[in-house]
Amino acid sequence: MSDAPLLSVRELTVRFGRTLAVDRASFELWPGEVLAIVGESGSGKTSLLRAVHGDLPADGGCVQYRLDDGALVALDELPEPMRRQLARTQWGFVHQNPRDGLRMAISAGGNVGERLMAAGARHWGRIRAEATEWLRRVEIDPARIDDPPRTYSGGMQQRLQIARVLVTRPRLVLMDEPTGGLDVSVQARLLDLIRRLVSDLGLSAVIVTHDLAVARLLADRMLVMQGGRIVEAGLTDQVLDDPQHPYSQLLVSSVLQA
Amino acid sequence: MYVAVKGGERAIAASHAVLAEVRRGDPSVPVLGVDQIEQQLGHAVDRVMAEGALYDRTLAALAIKQAQGDLQEAAFLLRAYRTTLPRFCASLPIDTVRMTIARRISATYKDLPGGQILGPTYDYTHRLLDPTLLDDAPVPPAPRAAEPVDPAVPRVAALLDQEGLIRPERGDRDAEPPDLTRDPLTFPAARPLRLQNLARGDEGFVLAMGYSTQRGYGGSHPFAGEVRYGTVAVEIVPEELGFAIEIGDIAVTECQMVNQFAGSRTEKPQFTRGYGLAFGHSERKAMGMALVDRALMSRELGQDVTAPAQDEEFVLSHSDNVEASGFVQHLKLPHYVDFQSELELIRRLRAEVEERVAEPNREAAE
Amino acid sequence: MSLPGYNFAYLDEQTKRMIRRALLKAVAIPGYQVPFASREMPLAYGWGTGGMQVTAAVIGPHDVLKVIDQGADDTTNAVSIRRFFALTAGVRTTERTAEATIIQTRHRIPETPLTAAQILVYQVPQPEPLRKLEPRETETRRMHALADYGLMHVKLYEDIARHGRITLSYDYPVLVNGRHVMAPSPIPSFDNPKMHRSPALQLFGAGREKRIYAVPPYTSVESLAFEDHPFHPWKANEACGLCGATDSYLDEVVVDDRGGRLFVCSDTDHCTTRRAAGHRGAAAGHALAGAGE
Repeated sequence: MSDAPLLSVRELTVRFGRTLAVDRASFELWPGEVLAIVGESGSGKTSLLRAVHGDLPADGGCVQYRLDDGALVALDELPEPMRRQLARTQWGFVHQNPRDGLRMAISAGGNVGERLMAAGARHWGRIRAEATEWLRRVEIDPARIDDPPRTYSGGMQQRLQIARVLVTRPRLVLMDEPTGGLDVSVQARLLDLIRRLVSDLGLSAVIVTHDLAVARLLADRMLVMQGGRIVEAGLTDQVLDDPQHPYSQLLVSSVLQA
Repeated sequence: MYVAVKGGERAIAASHAVLAEVRRGDPSVPVLGVDQIEQQLGHAVDRVMAEGALYDRTLAALAIKQAQGDLQEAAFLLRAYRTTLPRFCASLPIDTVRMTIARRISATYKDLPGGQILGPTYDYTHRLLDPTLLDDAPVPPAPRAAEPVDPAVPRVAALLDQEGLIRPERGDRDAEPPDLTRDPLTFPAARPLRLQNLARGDEGFVLAMGYSTQRGYGGSHPFAGEVRYGTVAVEIVPEELGFAIEIGDIAVTECQMVNQFAGSRTEKPQFTRGYGLAFGHSERKAMGMALVDRALMSRELGQDVTAPAQDEEFVLSHSDNVEASGFVQHLKLPHYVDFQSELELIRRLRAEVEERVAEPNREAAE
Repeated sequence: MSLPGYNFAYLDEQTKRMIRRALLKAVAIPGYQVPFASREMPLAYGWGTGGMQVTAAVIGPHDVLKVIDQGADDTTNAVSIRRFFALTAGVRTTERTAEATIIQTRHRIPETPLTAAQILVYQVPQPEPLRKLEPRETETRRMHALADYGLMHVKLYEDIARHGRITLSYDYPVLVNGRHVMAPSPIPSFDNPKMHRSPALQLFGAGREKRIYAVPPYTSVESLAFEDHPFHPWKANEACGLCGATDSYLDEVVVDDRGGRLFVCSDTDHCTTRRAAGHRGAAAGHALAGAGE
C-alpha cells in the first residue's frame, strides 16, 4: 500500500429536509484497500456512498480523489466533463439492483462494451473480444454475449454489472449491497468472485453492506454507521472481534445470536 | 400508368378547387354566416381562440368556417395569422377579482363572499337530444337577479391565504414573464412558461393528463376551490400616457384547484394550488389545466416525479396540437427516398440470412 | 414582386434578425443545435416550416431559389414551398441545381456538386440524433455538452452484433468538426459523403422542434462507424433506366402489377441534364421521363 490515500472524505454531510442522513463523515481509502461500511437500514451508509460518488449533493464537507499524476483534487471543484470522464473510466459503481446499473434491452456485449466505447474504443472486433473475455472472467457463458440481461438470472445480472464496471480497469469501485437481493448460495459464489477480482486487479473498493459476513470476507477495514454518524472505524477483524462502541457490540452480538 | 406523387402545380390547384366546393356543400342550403358561428357556436369559437392563442371572436369564427368546423385546423389558421401581427405592447395582468361574473362556483365552501352563481352551464341539463332545436323556436328570456353581482369577488385561495393554510405563490411579481411565442421552450421550464404552454395546449390532451392524476398517476387530491367565468377588462399603459387605460373586455374562465398536500422532504403540510385559465367559456380546459399545473409542481415541492402528468418534458412537449397534428400528418408526405434505402437494406439483410442458413446445410450435405 | 400586405419573404424583419442570430451561432459551433423561437408558418409543422424560416431569413431579392423534395422539383410539397417564396419574395426560381443560389431540400442532397456560392437549406423533422436512444431533452443536451456519445456507439455495436452490419440507411448520424454528433436529416446515407468538406454552406432548420444548426463550408463531416466496420453508402445496384447513370441515387418505381420495376434517378435535374447531354438508359423514352421525350 502506498503512503498517500486514494480517496479522502472530510466532514461529509447530507440532509433530507430536517433529517441528517449523513453527519460529518470522514474517512480515507488507501490504494488496494477494501473498506466496508456497515450499519442497519437507515443508518446513512448508502447515502454516504452516493454522496461520495456525486449522485447525492452534499450539504457540507468534501470528497478528494488522487489523480494518476498524484494530485489530490476536490471532486466538487472538478469541471463536470472531467468528473464524468473519471466516473466512466477510473471509477465504477455497482448497484444493489442490477437493473439500475445495466441497460436491460441492450445485449450483454453492448453493456460491457459501453464503457469502452465511451472511452473512445472504435474497433468493433476488439470491443467484442474484450467483452467476451470479461464474460468469461465473471463466469458467464460467452455464447450468451448477444442476449439482453433481462433473460439472465439475478446472480448472472449482478456478475454482468460487475463486468461492465470493471472492463475499463477502474482504480476505485463503490458497491452498494452487491449481494443484497440474491439467494444465499448465489451470494457465496458472487462474494468469492468479487474477492478474487479485487485481489487480481488490485482494486480499491468501498462496499456498503448490512451483512457483517460480507465485511469479514472482503474488507481490510470497516466503518460502523448509526444514525448518520460513523461510530467506529478500524481493521475488520479488530472491530468484529472486539467492538468498542455499544452499537457495534449490539450489531456483532445480534449476528452471533442469529 | 400510376405516376407517383409527381403531381405538381395543376394537381394542387385542382385540389384547392374541390376543397372549396366540398366546404360549401349543397348550394341549395343557405350559406353559413360567420356571425352565426360567432353567436351560436360560442364554445367552438372559445376553443379555437384558446388554442389559436388569439382573442378575436370574428376571426375565430371565420377560421371555423374555413376549416369546415375542424377546430384544430381552425386553431392552426388563427396561429398562422397571429404570427404576422405586429406587437404593440403587453397588457397589464388581468385582475379576475374584478371580473364581471356570469358564473362562479366553489366546491370547498357551501357559501362564501360573493356567493355561488350557477349561470349558464350544461352541468344540470339532462343530456337528452332536444328535437325543438330542429326548428327556430323563440327562446323565452332568462330571469334576472334582483341584486347585481358584487363588482369585486374575492378568490377562494385568498380566504385560505388569510389563515396561512395555502402555499403562497412564489416568484417575482415585477419580473418580466418569459414569452413562449418569442422564445423557445427550454427545460426545466419555469411556471409562467408552463402555464402559457398549457393555456395554448390541446383541450383533449390537457383534459386527459388532468384526468390521469385523478386516477392515481401522480395523485394530488384536488378540490375545485373555485371556477369562475365572466368578462375582465384588459388594460395597457401607453408610453406617452404613463398610466393604465382599458382597451376592451375579454371573456375568460378561471379555475383554482386546492390540493391537499401532506408535505415532503422539503415542504411542510399545507394546501397547494393549481391554476387554470382559458379564453372564453371553457371549464373543462381550465380545470384540466389546473390539475396538470399542480402535477407539474411536483419537482419544486420535493415530490417524486413518477407519473406522465408530473413530467414536464413529456407534458409540455406534446400538448400543442398544431405541432402534433403537423408532425403526425407529415407522414403523408412522400418518404420514398428513405423507404428506398430501407428496401435496399432489408433485401441485403434477408439475402445474408439466407446465405447463413444455406451454409451449414451445404456442409451437412457434403 | 411580392405579396401585398406581407413583408418580403413573409417573416417580419425582427423575426428574420432573430433567426440570423441563431444561424450565426450555429455556423460558429458546427453541428450544435441552437434553440430558436420558431414561428407558426402558414404550412403545417413537419412540412418544412424550419427550412422555410431559414430560407426566409437568408434570401434576398437577387437570389435564385430551387426547392426539392425527395430529389425532385415537381413533388407537391416542393411545388407548394417554391410557390410560397415566388409569391412572398418574388424571387426567381429554378429547377437547375447549378443556377440556384439557395436550394431548400427535403431528404436529398443534389448529385451536382455544390459550390461556395450556394446555400443548401435542409428541412429537418427531428434534429436530435440521440432522441431515439434518449427521449429527454435535458439529458441529450447534457450528452452533447460533455461529448458523451458512448450510447450512440452502443446502438451501432448492437446492429453489428445482431445483423452483421449497421442497419441505419437514412438520417445516418455524423460527427461534425470532430465534436458534435449531428442528424443530417432523413437524407439517404448515400448522400452523407457529399456533406464532408462541401464548399457550400449547409443550414438546417427544424421548425416544430425549434432548432437550427449548420455545417460551415469545408467542414469535416464523418459518418459514425467502427474501424473494422467502416461506413458504406448504399444505393440500388442498378443504372437509371432513363439516363443510364450508375452513380446517382435511384428511386424504384413499380410500373405494373406483375412485379415490374423501373429504377430512375431521384434527382430529377441531374437526370434531365444528363439526357439533354445525350445519355440514354435502357428504358429511355418511358412516360416517366416527362413530356419532353
